[in-house]
Amino acid sequence: MRVPLSWLRDFTPVEAPPQDVARALSFLGLVVEGTEEVGPPWPGVVVARVLETRSHPAADRIQLVDVDTGDAEALQICCGAFNMKAGDLVPLATLGTVMPNGLEIARRKMRGEWSNGMLCSAPELGLGDEGGQKGIYVLPPELEPGAPLASALGLGADVVFDIEVGPNRPDCFSVAGVARDLAAAMRLPFSLPRPSPAAVVPEVATAAVRIDPAAEHICRRFTGTVVENVGAAAVAPLVSHRLALAGMRAISAVVDASNYVMLELGQPNHPYDLDVLGCGGLVVRRAEPGETMVTLDGVARLLEPADLVIADAAGAPVGVAGIMGGSAAEMSPATTTVLLEVANFDPLTVSATGKRLGLHTEARARFERGVDIELALLAVERFVELLGPHVRRGPTTDLGRGAPPQSPVRLRTSRVNMLLGTELSGDECRALLAPLGFVSTPDGEDAYSVRVPSWRPDCTREVDLVEEVARVHGYDRIPRRMPARPAAATRLSAYQRGRRELRQALVGTGASEAWTNTFVSPADLVATALSPEVALELENPLDQSQSMLRTSVLPGLLRALRFNRERQAGAVALFELGSVFCRGGAASGAPGPVPGAGTISGVQEWEQVGLVAAGEGAGAEWVVRAFEVLRRGLRLDALDLRRHDPGGAPGPAALGNTGAFHPGRVAAVAADGSPVGLVGQLAPEVAARYDLTGPVGALVVDLPALLGAARPARPALAVSRYPATDLDLAFVVDDGVQAQDLALTLAAAAGDLLGGLALFDVWRGAALGAGRRSLAFRLRLRAAERTLTEADVSAVMAAVVQAAASDHGAVLRQA
Amino acid sequence: MNAIEQASAHGRQLISAASTLADLRAVESEAFGKRSRLAAMTAELRELGPQERRQLGQELQQARAALEELYNRRAEELSRRDALRRAEAERLDLTEEAWRFASTGSPLAGALEQPVPRGHLHLVTQVRQELEDIFLSMGFEVAEGPEVEDDWHNFEALNMPPHHPARGMFDTFYLKAGQSESVVLRTHTSPVQVRLMESRRPPIYAVAPGRCFRRDTPDATHLPVFHQLEALVVDEGISMSHLAGALDAFTDAFFGPGRRARLRPSFFPFTEPSAEFDVTCWVCGGEGCRTCSGSGWVELGGCGMVDPAVFEAVGVDPERYSGFAWGLGIDRLAAARTSLGDIRELLDNDIRFLTQF
Repeated sequence: MRVPLSWLRDFTPVEAPPQDVARALSFLGLVVEGTEEVGPPWPGVVVARVLETRSHPAADRIQLVDVDTGDAEALQICCGAFNMKAGDLVPLATLGTVMPNGLEIARRKMRGEWSNGMLCSAPELGLGDEGGQKGIYVLPPELEPGAPLASALGLGADVVFDIEVGPNRPDCFSVAGVARDLAAAMRLPFSLPRPSPAAVVPEVATAAVRIDPAAEHICRRFTGTVVENVGAAAVAPLVSHRLALAGMRAISAVVDASNYVMLELGQPNHPYDLDVLGCGGLVVRRAEPGETMVTLDGVARLLEPADLVIADAAGAPVGVAGIMGGSAAEMSPATTTVLLEVANFDPLTVSATGKRLGLHTEARARFERGVDIELALLAVERFVELLGPHVRRGPTTDLGRGAPPQSPVRLRTSRVNMLLGTELSGDECRALLAPLGFVSTPDGEDAYSVRVPSWRPDCTREVDLVEEVARVHGYDRIPRRMPARPAAATRLSAYQRGRRELRQALVGTGASEAWTNTFVSPADLVATALSPEVALELENPLDQSQSMLRTSVLPGLLRALRFNRERQAGAVALFELGSVFCRGGAASGAPGPVPGAGTISGVQEWEQVGLVAAGEGAGAEWVVRAFEVLRRGLRLDALDLRRHDPGGAPGPAALGNTGAFHPGRVAAVAADGSPVGLVGQLAPEVAARYDLTGPVGALVVDLPALLGAARPARPALAVSRYPATDLDLAFVVDDGVQAQDLALTLAAAAGDLLGGLALFDVWRGAALGAGRRSLAFRLRLRAAERTLTEADVSAVMAAVVQAAASDHGAVLRQA
Repeated sequence: MNAIEQASAHGRQLISAASTLADLRAVESEAFGKRSRLAAMTAELRELGPQERRQLGQELQQARAALEELYNRRAEELSRRDALRRAEAERLDLTEEAWRFASTGSPLAGALEQPVPRGHLHLVTQVRQELEDIFLSMGFEVAEGPEVEDDWHNFEALNMPPHHPARGMFDTFYLKAGQSESVVLRTHTSPVQVRLMESRRPPIYAVAPGRCFRRDTPDATHLPVFHQLEALVVDEGISMSHLAGALDAFTDAFFGPGRRARLRPSFFPFTEPSAEFDVTCWVCGGEGCRTCSGSGWVELGGCGMVDPAVFEAVGVDPERYSGFAWGLGIDRLAAARTSLGDIRELLDNDIRFLTQF
C-alpha cells in the first residue's frame, strides 16, 4: 500500500525525517519496501487571472484570452474553451511546462495569433474527468495570480512509503491505521478525522435498503444514504493528488471521494446511481443458483448460492458484495443522485467468492482481512464532507446485528515478561497498549482486563497482546540470552551418519554431487524408460515440463550429464541423494518413508542414491568399481552384486529402473540377498535420448535399504604373524556362471584359512569351447597361530576344486 | 488366385523370409515398394477405363497397405530380437569386475591404484552440513520430515485452518492424490515442528533441514524448489530473549564474530509474537552496500514464539511450555557465502560450478 507522508500527518504530527519514519514503520512490522520522494505537482503551471476574452479574428472555435500572471501585464493565450470570464482565476501552463501527458508547452502561432502558454482543464491536470465542470478549470477566487498552482492549492512535495501490510492487520490497510501505529511507536498524539455531520435535508429520500434474512450472518452491517446534487460536487485537488500518489487514478468527484474514504479509513464503500437503480433501492441476498451478472470490468460472472450479492429492489444483481460493483448502476457523468452503500461483510465469504471468481480488488483485500464494524457511519460522514457544501444528503439507514461486543482479554504482566524475557511493570504494559486503542483496567495483582478496540479483530488472546506490547516497546530492546543447553547429548542418527559417510565415499570415487529438480515431465520418464503411470501428478504445475514428481533420480542426473556434455565437459561423474515418489502401492515393496516421517495416504516417498558417469573411461566397469569403493569403504558387508533378471517380478522400487539399463550389462545390488538397486551400463537408446555417446555407467539404489543393511560391529581380527601362501587356481566355467557365484563357493570351501580372494584373470579361447571362460582366482591362505603346511594347502585346494566342480561344473585348468 | 493375390503372396513371403532387420530393409522395395509387382500393376492402371481403374486401384492400395503393416510388425519383431541378440552378444559378467578390483591388503595388491581427485559435495549440502554441525554443537538434534505433506501438518496444525487468508502467503503445489488440495508439497519445513511435537513430549531442541516447494516462477533469487532449515525449541521458561540469543550465537558461528542478528515484527500464523530476522551484511559488515541495499542488514528468515494454537493442536500445554521457532533459506545462505548472483546456477549442476566449492 502506498502511503503519502502528508496524509499520515493529517492524523499525527510526525516531524521526523522520512528515513526515520520508514525505519519506525518497519520496526512496527509495517515493512517499508520503498520510499519515494515526490516533487510538487504541475511544475510550471501558475495561477492566472483572466483580464479579457476576445474573439479570434480568423477562427471561431478558439478565442483569445488575455491573462495576468501577477505582473499586471496582459499575456495573450489562444484557448479552445469558452467557460471563463474576465476576473476568473485559471491554471496557466507557462512556456516550457511539460504536461502530465508529456506535451511540452511552447510559444506558437494559432491561425496568425500568438499563444504564450496553455490554459488547463481539470483532466489535463490529472484531476478527474467526469466532474460537473466542463472546459477550463476555474479556480477558487481567493488565490494569488502568478503563484505556482500546487502551492496555491495547498499541495507540496511529498514522500510516499510503499508499505507491505500483513494479512493479520486489517486496520493498517488504511492511512489512518498506519498513522495510529506510527504515533504509538513515536510517542505522538493521534486523532481520526471528525467530519462535522452534514445536516440531513428533509426532502432527500431515505435509502430503501434491506438485508434478506438468509444473508444476515454474512452481511454484518449495511448502511444506505442518498446524496443528491452530486453534479455540484467540487473537484478537490488534494483528493485527486493523494489518490494519484497512492496509485489510483482520479475519475470524478464522487468516485474519488469513495476511493479516498477507503484508503483513508479502510472502509470500502460503493456509490450507485440511484436514478438507474431499478425501483430505487437495494437488497443484500445470497445469489441464486446459476445467476449471472456483469461486473464493472465488463466480465459476465456466474454466481453460486455461497456468494453474497447486492441486488436492486427489483431483484437484479448490481454488485458482488464486498468485491466489485456491477456495470448496471455504474456512476456516469450524468449521475445526479447517489445511493451510497457502506457495509460490512463476512471475511470468509468474500474471500471464497473472490478466489473463485479470480477477482482481486481493493475492497476484497480489506473485507477478507476484516473491516472494523464501527467504521461505517464515520465513512458516510467523511464521504459527504469530501463532496463539498453543495450536495444534499438524506438520513442514513443502518441495518445489521451491530457489533458483537468483543470480550475483554486478560493480560498477565508475568506472562508478558515470561514470553519476552523482559522486566516490564504492569503500568508500562498498560502505557504501551493505550495508544493503540487498548483500554486496560486492573484485574487482580498481576493482571489487566484489556478491552480490544473494534479495529483489532486479530487480538483475541493474551499472547496477541504480548506481541502488541513487544512491538510498541521495540523488539530491539528485548535482552538476549542463550537458552540453557538441554541435558541430553545430541548427535546425528545412524541413518543420517550413514548418509554423510555415503556422500563422502561417493566423492571419493571422483564423482561430484548434483541436486536436480524434483519435478519431471512424463516425457522425461519415458525417455528414461520409467513408467509415468506410477508417478504422482501435480494439480497445478508451473508448466507441463514439470508436471510430475520424479520416481527416480536418474532422469535429473542424465539431464545434468547432457548439460555438461553440451558444454564440452569431457568425462563427468555425478551423484545425487534425494527423495523420489510414486503412487501408493504402485511399487510393491517400496521402502518405507524417510525415517521420522509419517505416511501420506496414496503417496510413497523414499530416498534414493544415484550415480552416473559418461565420457572416456565411464561405463559398467567404472560404476562397478565405484560400487566396490562404497561397499568396502562403508563396510557394507551385507551388500553384493547379483544376477539381475529383467523379466522377474517387479521387486523393490529401484528396480522400476530396469528399462534404463542395457539388458546384458546390468547387475542387481543385493542387501542380504534381496535386490535393492541396479548397477551397470545405461541402455544405448536411453543414453542416445540424452545425447550421450559411448557407454554411460549408472547406479541407482534405494537408500533406506542401503543404509539399513546390517553393519555389525566386528570384533578386531588378530592379524596373523605367520607367512601366507598364495594359491592360484583357474577354473573353466560356462558363461552362465558368474564370477560372484564361483567366488562365494571358493570362499566357503576354503574355510578359516582363507585370508583373501581375488580374480586376477579372465580368459576365453577356442581351446575352451564357445560359451566358456576361464576365471583365475588367487586364494591367499594363512593360519592365525602357525605356519601353514603342505597338507593344509593341499586340503584347501582339494576342497575348493571339489566344491567348484559340484556347485558350478567348474573344471580346474591345468597350468 | 488373381494377379494381385499372387503379388501379395510374393511380398508376404519375402517379408517373412527376412531374418534380420538389414535383410528386411533390403526386400522392402521388392515386396511392396517401387520395384514390387504391385507397383508395376499400379503403373499399368492408366491404360484402363475409369470404372476399372477405380476398382483395381482400390484393391491394389489395400494390398499394399496390408503388406506395409506386415512389414512394420516384422520390423518391430526383428528389432526387438536384434536388441536381445545384441544384448546377449554384449553381455558382461559385471561381478568379474567386482572381484578383480583390488584394494590394498588384497592378495592382488601388487601396485597402487592411481589416486583419484575427489569429487565435490554440492554447495547446498556443504552449507546444510555446516548448519547441522553448528546446531548439534548447541545441543540441537537434526530432525527430518517428508516432502509430500498432508494439509494438517503443512497448514492446519500450524494455525491455518481451511480458507485461512494466511494460506495465500504460500503459493502451494497440490498433488492429484486423495481429495482435491488435500496433499501438498510442503511449502516450508515447519510441518516437521508438528511431527516432532506429535511424536514426543518437550523438551525439544531440534533443527530440521529439507527441501521445500513454492509455486514461484524461477528468477535470480527464487527457485520453486528450495531448501530451508527449521529450528524448534520447546521447554519450560523459553522466551523471546532466548530466540534472539540463539540467533546471535548461530550468526557468530556461521558468519564469524561481530555479526549481529536483529528482529523486526512480522506475521506468521504459527508464531506469536512473530519476527523477521536480519543479520549484519556479510559483504560490508554493516556499513551499507549493494548486497544489503545500503541498509547494512540482510534478511535471512522468519521466526517467533510458537503460537499457543500450535501447541494446542499437538497437545502441548501452552501454560507450562513455551518455545521458539525459525526457518531460514539454506540456498540463500549458500548464495550469500559465495556472492552467487543467480541462484538458478545451483540447479544447473555444471561440473565447473560444482567443483569450485
